[in-house]
Amino acid sequence: MTQDYRLSRRAVLAGLSAGAAFSALPLSSARAAGALTVGFIYVGPKDDYGYNQSHAAGATAVKAMSGVKVVEEERVPETIDVEKTMESMINLDGATLLFPTSFGYFDPHILKEAKKYPNVTFMHCGGLWHEGLPTNVHSYFGYIDEAEFLSGIVAAYVTKTKKFGFVAAKPIPQVLRNINAFTLGARSVDPTITVQVIFTGDWSMPVKEAEATNSLADQGVDVVTCHVDSPKVVIETAEKRGLFTCGYHASQAALAPKGYLTGAEWNWEALYPSLVTDFEAGKTIPGLIRGGLKAGIVKTSPYTALVPDAAKAKADGVKAQFMGAGYVIFAGPIKDNKGATVIDAGVMRGQTDIELEKMSYLVEGVIGSTS
Amino acid sequence: MERVESEDEPVNDASLGLWTVPIAVLGGAIRVSTPFLFVSLGELVTEKSGRINLGLEGTLIMGAMSGFGVAYLTGSPWLGVLAAGLVGVMFGALHAAICSLPRVNDIAVGIALMIFGIGLAFYLGKPLVQPKAPTLPALPLGFWSDIPQVRAALEVNALFIVGLVFTPILSWALANTRWGLIVRMVGDSSEAARALGYSPLWVRLYATCFGGFMAGVGGSFLSLYYPGSWSEGLSSGQGITAVALVIFARWNPLACFGASLLFGGAGALGPALQAVGVTSGTYLLNAAPYFLTLLILVFSSSSRRRVAGAPGELSVTK
Amino acid sequence: MDAEPPRRAALARILDPLAAPVAAGVATIVIFGLFVSLAGRNPLEVYRLMAVGAFGSWFSWQNTLLRASPLLLTGLCTALPAQMGLVIIGGEGAFVIGGLAAIAAGLPFADAGAPAFVVWIAMGIAGMAAGGALIATAGALRHWRGVNETISSLLLSSIAIAVMNQIVEGPMRDPASLNKPSTRPLPDADLIGNLPGMDVHWGLALGLIACVLAWLLMRRTTFGFAARIVGGNSRAARMAGLPVGMMMVIVTGLGGAAAGLGGMIEVAAVQGDANANIAAGYGLSGILVAFLARQHPLAIIPVAVLLGGISASDGLLQRRLDLPDAAVLVLQGILFVALLAGEGLPSWSEWKARMSR
Repeated sequence: MTQDYRLSRRAVLAGLSAGAAFSALPLSSARAAGALTVGFIYVGPKDDYGYNQSHAAGATAVKAMSGVKVVEEERVPETIDVEKTMESMINLDGATLLFPTSFGYFDPHILKEAKKYPNVTFMHCGGLWHEGLPTNVHSYFGYIDEAEFLSGIVAAYVTKTKKFGFVAAKPIPQVLRNINAFTLGARSVDPTITVQVIFTGDWSMPVKEAEATNSLADQGVDVVTCHVDSPKVVIETAEKRGLFTCGYHASQAALAPKGYLTGAEWNWEALYPSLVTDFEAGKTIPGLIRGGLKAGIVKTSPYTALVPDAAKAKADGVKAQFMGAGYVIFAGPIKDNKGATVIDAGVMRGQTDIELEKMSYLVEGVIGSTS
Repeated sequence: MERVESEDEPVNDASLGLWTVPIAVLGGAIRVSTPFLFVSLGELVTEKSGRINLGLEGTLIMGAMSGFGVAYLTGSPWLGVLAAGLVGVMFGALHAAICSLPRVNDIAVGIALMIFGIGLAFYLGKPLVQPKAPTLPALPLGFWSDIPQVRAALEVNALFIVGLVFTPILSWALANTRWGLIVRMVGDSSEAARALGYSPLWVRLYATCFGGFMAGVGGSFLSLYYPGSWSEGLSSGQGITAVALVIFARWNPLACFGASLLFGGAGALGPALQAVGVTSGTYLLNAAPYFLTLLILVFSSSSRRRVAGAPGELSVTK
Repeated sequence: MDAEPPRRAALARILDPLAAPVAAGVATIVIFGLFVSLAGRNPLEVYRLMAVGAFGSWFSWQNTLLRASPLLLTGLCTALPAQMGLVIIGGEGAFVIGGLAAIAAGLPFADAGAPAFVVWIAMGIAGMAAGGALIATAGALRHWRGVNETISSLLLSSIAIAVMNQIVEGPMRDPASLNKPSTRPLPDADLIGNLPGMDVHWGLALGLIACVLAWLLMRRTTFGFAARIVGGNSRAARMAGLPVGMMMVIVTGLGGAAAGLGGMIEVAAVQGDANANIAAGYGLSGILVAFLARQHPLAIIPVAVLLGGISASDGLLQRRLDLPDAAVLVLQGILFVALLAGEGLPSWSEWKARMSR
């Protein structure tokens, strides 16, 4: 009966291929003597004009270093795949320093692999490090909300409707912090400004992001910014509607010549080579590396010609404070948009304040809700 | 490309409040429904001929990528649309060719081609993420209004208008022309068609190519108008949703048009509701069209009859 | 017609099933080879790396097996109902809802301090029940309302994924899972561990057992025999008095239960909690695995391994040859299209018969 043949077809095909593979091939591992191999893992495409691209830019800076070999893998989902990718980089490429760049890689994947490979160093972007973790796990974190604060200030000088829009992915603390910083920055110039936020639900949803931007434009906003993996769609859609835009992750100035003001960018190109250098030199790397504008981990996009001088002066003034003695964005009293006080008068929550990592509110002036 | 010059308009401080929701939904429905419309009309013809093409998601994405690429290289968005359609024809032909072999299951082929199309599009589209391509024009049908939101909502893109005009033409053609009759006959009973001298395989080939063309054009809309750029997350399953849409519309082109607006409006509803303060349940809202389709299927089928209006030869409704 | 000599018949029996897949395999290798050489890479190097990445070392083998294990279960979600002539493509939804139900059931037991084994049994039952209920709905709708199961399973799957996302970010969200919304995690002691001596979790063994059990059910029991009769001709089956509706519900339920179990394993062995990442496309791959295995439960095993191998080698291709991840998608597409087309090609004996006419 023909049914019996069906099994043997598949089995034979798979068996043949496996057998041929097994017999003919040596295992190669590209271990050049003395060279350091660094692995970078991205959750999305490297050229997304946003989050992953900013990390890839950092990787490019590392590639330029002599004696360092870089291996990269993109579009690695936050499942068993990333564990296997890390192991593959360690075993087959001899990587001893890994940068798995997506937030969701940390728990459980990085933690599992760190226990398995105590001689490999894992650098995770996200600030989840705490006492008690294996010593080969490190976190780094950029206080990009400082740059968002400055974007808010600049935008406050060009708005006519006093309404801003923010297209955000998910209501998680890192995103909320950016929304709040942007709002506080704008309202420090003009307390009547409101920021309307729309959550799309996921990190990369081009149609929803375009819809959200259009919706915001319909509401009468005239400045838009965002926190999604790839700001390209939001910026381009806002440009089509004639709105001003502030960028995120990387500079999208080229996409919006008529509306781009400034933006909040990562500066991994400066951080990564310095981390690699420290690693090579055998220096002890701190468990948690954090910093903002002063540490050079984040930067602002250059002001475009659309930014009035008054805005530049004010923003540069605040920036100088960030660079100097420090400036506290989240200084009490701060109320959330439901009226409750979330930071009491007199309390200053600085950059590194752990309370800010748990942020779950939207400040007064933000129209929208986290749930 | 025309666009709303809001710097010249009087600034409208008063947000329209709750009126924004219907206006936004209307504008969004027009925008978001256009790919649904094209893909579903194409799949409708394919299914009328008795074949189901689940690979349209891959075709749509290939169309989006190639349309964007050609528009970028030539500077003309319409050439991009044409190129996207031609790429769609090739994929449709591939689907039909493989399905014409004996013992081949069209559902499996559809899924395989979907994977192939998506992979090929992502691969070839790598250099297209950064550049900007010229976009399709739109008709400012809201010129009569002073309110910027209404003007923006009624900024109807050219492809939508093409679809709007084409739908009744297709409906009439299927019912009244010789070609329409042949397609339906092949779809209802291949034996009857053969008896009259028509080859079901050839007719299905043409029908699937047409379906592919439409899907490619629908995809080009995504990259050439809205959202208007190429990236790997461009489609969110529109190709597969279109298959449900065709069934929802009971294989009637005019109903497809309405259903596309419905599905498109549902997609625009989420952000619009958030803009006026309704924020919870976004995932469930997104799933509402699927739920509706399922309900309609349940209530309109019975175990005795097949779904009213379904072509007799269609494998999924036998 | 005179009978062929015994030797020729035996030869035909060996060559018959090989003709199409071998032709398809060769065609794939050639076409994909052309593709990569157009991309400027050496095809031989590509294939060498793929083989190394998939099967070239114990590490690679384990990588492959690990990626194959969810496919064993989601493949059954399509293959089992197919024995009855039902085309179900809702495996992704069943997988996801199974994972969600599993964590919902497991957490109370874990909190109460129950031993790990009890937690796993609770999770497994919940996962299988949820996945089974989802797909059984499609089966029931088919029998009692005539709703096509392909479309309904697709719709149900989309709805299930939306429900999972909504619940994970809403009612079941762990407040401590700040930036990555998930449910509360299982305690470490309750995670499913690895097979002895291997770096692969028990999900692999469960998947293999499930495939064998499915085969036994379908090929060695009266129930399975009856189910296949329904698959062949449901009217005849009904006239013979078989309870077609009940059987449809049971078989689709079993398929959904398999996928649901896969979801439970993903939660308990890989993720540790339920979050948006459990919708990772295993259901979609499972559909293909089933079709390529011609819906045969045992054939699912080598096909899943093949797919797992292709996926495992993706990383090496990216890193060594700078081939983007999309290239592997292209390969998978070509392979599947070629294999499916190959099914339609005449078998070796048919060729011989045609040639000799």
